[in-house]
Amino acid sequence: MRSMSVQAPTQSPPPARVITTKPRVSDRIFRAIVTAFSFSALLILLLISIFLLIQGFNTFREQGFGFITGFEWFTFVDENGVETATFGLQAMLVGTLVISMIAVLIAVPLSVFTALFLTFYAPEGLKKYLVTIIDLMAAFPSILYGLWGFFVLMPMAEYWAQLINKWFGWIYIFDVPQPIFSRSPFIAGLVLTVMIIPIITSVSREVFSQTPLDRIQAAYALGATKWGMIRAVVLPFGAGGVVGGSMLGLGRAFGETVAVFSVLNIVFRSNFQILFTQGGNVASMIIQKWGEATPKEVGALMAAGLVLFFLTLIVNFLANQVVTRTVKSGR
Amino acid sequence: MSENITKNENGTIMSDQDKTTTPSSLSDVAGARAAGASRVGTRALGTGLEARGVHAWFDKHHALADVSLDFSAGTVTALIGPSGCGKSTFIRTLNRMHEFIPKTSMAGQVLLDGKDIYESGIDVTKIRLQIGMVFQKPNPFPSMTIGENVLSGLKLAQLKVPNQSELMEECLTRAGLWNEVKDRLGAHAGGLSGGQQQRLCIARALAVNPKVLLMDEPCSALDPGSTLRIEETISELSKTMTIVIVTHNMQQAARVSDYTAFFLSDGGPGQMIEVGPTNEIFSRPKDTRTENYVTGRFG
Amino acid sequence: MTQTQISTATPSRPWAPTLKDRALTVTSILLAVILDIAIVATTPMKGKIAYFFLFFILWFIVDSIFVYRAKGQKGVRDALAAKVTLFGAVVVVMVVASILWETIHRGLKGVNVEFLTGTLRNTSLFDPLGSGGIAHAIIGTLMLIAIAIIFAVPMGILTALYLTEIKGKAAGLIQFLVQAMSGVPSVVAGLFIYAAIILNTPLRSSAFLGGLALTILMVPTVTRTSQEVLNLVPRDLREAGLAMGATQWKTVALVVVPAARSGLITATILGVARIAGETAPLLFTVGVFDSYNFNPIKGDQGSLPTVVWRGLQGGTPESIQWAWSTILALLIVVLIMFVSARFFGTRQMKRK
Repeated sequence: MRSMSVQAPTQSPPPARVITTKPRVSDRIFRAIVTAFSFSALLILLLISIFLLIQGFNTFREQGFGFITGFEWFTFVDENGVETATFGLQAMLVGTLVISMIAVLIAVPLSVFTALFLTFYAPEGLKKYLVTIIDLMAAFPSILYGLWGFFVLMPMAEYWAQLINKWFGWIYIFDVPQPIFSRSPFIAGLVLTVMIIPIITSVSREVFSQTPLDRIQAAYALGATKWGMIRAVVLPFGAGGVVGGSMLGLGRAFGETVAVFSVLNIVFRSNFQILFTQGGNVASMIIQKWGEATPKEVGALMAAGLVLFFLTLIVNFLANQVVTRTVKSGR
Repeated sequence: MSENITKNENGTIMSDQDKTTTPSSLSDVAGARAAGASRVGTRALGTGLEARGVHAWFDKHHALADVSLDFSAGTVTALIGPSGCGKSTFIRTLNRMHEFIPKTSMAGQVLLDGKDIYESGIDVTKIRLQIGMVFQKPNPFPSMTIGENVLSGLKLAQLKVPNQSELMEECLTRAGLWNEVKDRLGAHAGGLSGGQQQRLCIARALAVNPKVLLMDEPCSALDPGSTLRIEETISELSKTMTIVIVTHNMQQAARVSDYTAFFLSDGGPGQMIEVGPTNEIFSRPKDTRTENYVTGRFG
Repeated sequence: MTQTQISTATPSRPWAPTLKDRALTVTSILLAVILDIAIVATTPMKGKIAYFFLFFILWFIVDSIFVYRAKGQKGVRDALAAKVTLFGAVVVVMVVASILWETIHRGLKGVNVEFLTGTLRNTSLFDPLGSGGIAHAIIGTLMLIAIAIIFAVPMGILTALYLTEIKGKAAGLIQFLVQAMSGVPSVVAGLFIYAAIILNTPLRSSAFLGGLALTILMVPTVTRTSQEVLNLVPRDLREAGLAMGATQWKTVALVVVPAARSGLITATILGVARIAGETAPLLFTVGVFDSYNFNPIKGDQGSLPTVVWRGLQGGTPESIQWAWSTILALLIVVLIMFVSARFFGTRQMKRK
């Protein structure tokens, strides 16, 4: 046997070989088609922005910054056919924020409770049914929520609003200039609450179920009760995911149209007295004005659509960042 | 095979069959430990922990059969044996962690100071305060600081302690970590090395003043340096509490324990084959299977 | 002691709730119910909701008394947490139950054969139900769904393929864009089609345009679900295909996609469920129509959501009845989608 001496390598290893294959034509075509279709998403988003901007451009030019900050929305055609108009979105933007915040404030605790129940308390058989029910909730059309909200929820909610006003009316937001409680931001917020619970619950549930088992065991081994363990381990771990899910819910609430339109009295005034029958949100305002809009007004509504588009884009972008970072990385 | 089996007052089972086997280096280590250890007068620890006829099932699968062991107060007992023979399952029946896995069941009794911890009506969270556990993978709570981690057991149990910082220092010192972290108690626990994290977990377990400390392969994820430090800690701790340690590392068992129990499964449920003083298990085991394992013929 | 025989034992679960525990729970619930009824009867509170809230509060108080004696303050907190989480889940279930019940209860009143086979050609929504129907709207909705499927499914699945099979450099960007697209409000989709097409081309309201608007809303759902499903196809399947010398596209087309077939069907169905009930985009792009219109590229269409919308806006008891009955029909469509998505989804799981 030839003697083999083993020596430590004295030179640096040779450079790695570059591995290439010649892609077949059919694969090239395949990749090209698939890539092209994928970029259609980009194309669509760009087109939306472009076309809405084109239509809304005049509005932005004429109204300037007042489009965002102004409170009035009217158009007036004089006898010469000259149209003067003022379009200001602030009331609607404020309204959007108000009802979305109400929705998030009520939906987040309910969703977190439900997600905790599903992950840590529900027996196996029940769990599957509950998950199905929540998925079903997500599939209901928004106009169904509008109908139900108006005919079923509103009568009850008006009564609650009266109670809140009676006991807490000394706080500004619970006070009302007149005792009219129907079609208020409060009720719109409640309808939105119900609509965003599925998404917040799903995201929270996903992150709670990923809580590392060894930390859970460490808490129990120290003599923790189930709630003690949840507080010490699950909630800190899942906080990011819950926040991300809430922001996704917020984004959904921003853009909701027909459900809000059905249960809200749209008035161009920033109204923080949520129990009172005055409010608005950009999306339902667009629907409301569309039917009788003059061409100039159509442009303004397009501009409003663009503003709404960017608003929801930003919120959803931030939300997805938060969700991806916490849920996927499993902190 | 016939043999006379007697039980001395410590509860360890002795047999009059005396097999001489080639002493491995393990037995030297164990012998040295037995010789050098001075059993300092232990504080009133009660009568220790005792398992009687413990069985464990995962759903229908019988994982552990009829294990009876007596852990005397103030001793260190090592549980050794090949993978999958039920050592971890057994140790989890000792502090009622076995029941967290769905569809598990058990039989038998586990007595702490003479009282069965599985009795109905008992508050299991109180049991776990008296029987603490350290896990294989260090698991400090990352959302808490080092100081908060140490005190977390108290917070979870809602126990009030007159002087928290004193307790913190004491536990960290006993765990052998005080000098390394005393200036950064407010730092997050995630920044510590593996060995440090494990010592933090030990300190955390000590803070609630347990009578028994269960350790499930505490060093298997650590480097040799940390392992040695933790073994020193175990020696110190055993002066004031009872320790049960599961280990894959026979040298470790020889180094730290007073008694060793050998577990084995022949395809069926895991059973405890033999228990005795450590130096005897390693030098003169009574069962062939024990001998084969400690001499490295399998496992 | 060396084990010479294993003593047999029967498995038990000493930690499971005992009879005593269960009796205690039942007692505290009963006490809470009794107190609940008593308090509501003697105070000016009214309404089912009052009973509900009060029950939980009373149940917690009664139960805490028992728990405190056994487990102290931390036991009480634990019990409170258990009840609060249960409360959340119950509220959610009650809401869904209410929606389902009210829709069926109110909608069923107007449903008859005529409702499902007639049209609104000679009937207005202010006429009581009995004459006229929504058959044209059903056809309209089906046409919209079909058009949306034609556009959205290829786009969605191909985008998902890019993300899972090709994983090119732009994958991160594409992923982001898909997420962005899922946030587009339905109003904006409708406005966009109007601005892009109706204002710039001779095309006017039609099912085709409505389908395009719905496509925008459908693609993200299809893409996301397809992605999840394609990622579930085991790697070895792809490697087996490539190892046999197949090109990538052949592997994908003949191995991966068929393996994921059920899941891709699920993705399509979920996309359809998402858009079947959309109203806002249709108001800009499809208009309303009261009779059959089988031309997808020309002329307004009737559709289920717009009938509901008009019924609701009408405000009279008759039109509202139309709204409820039509929404029931729409709900049934969505439920069918939902159930079949589950069916195909679990088939995918089993095949794996």
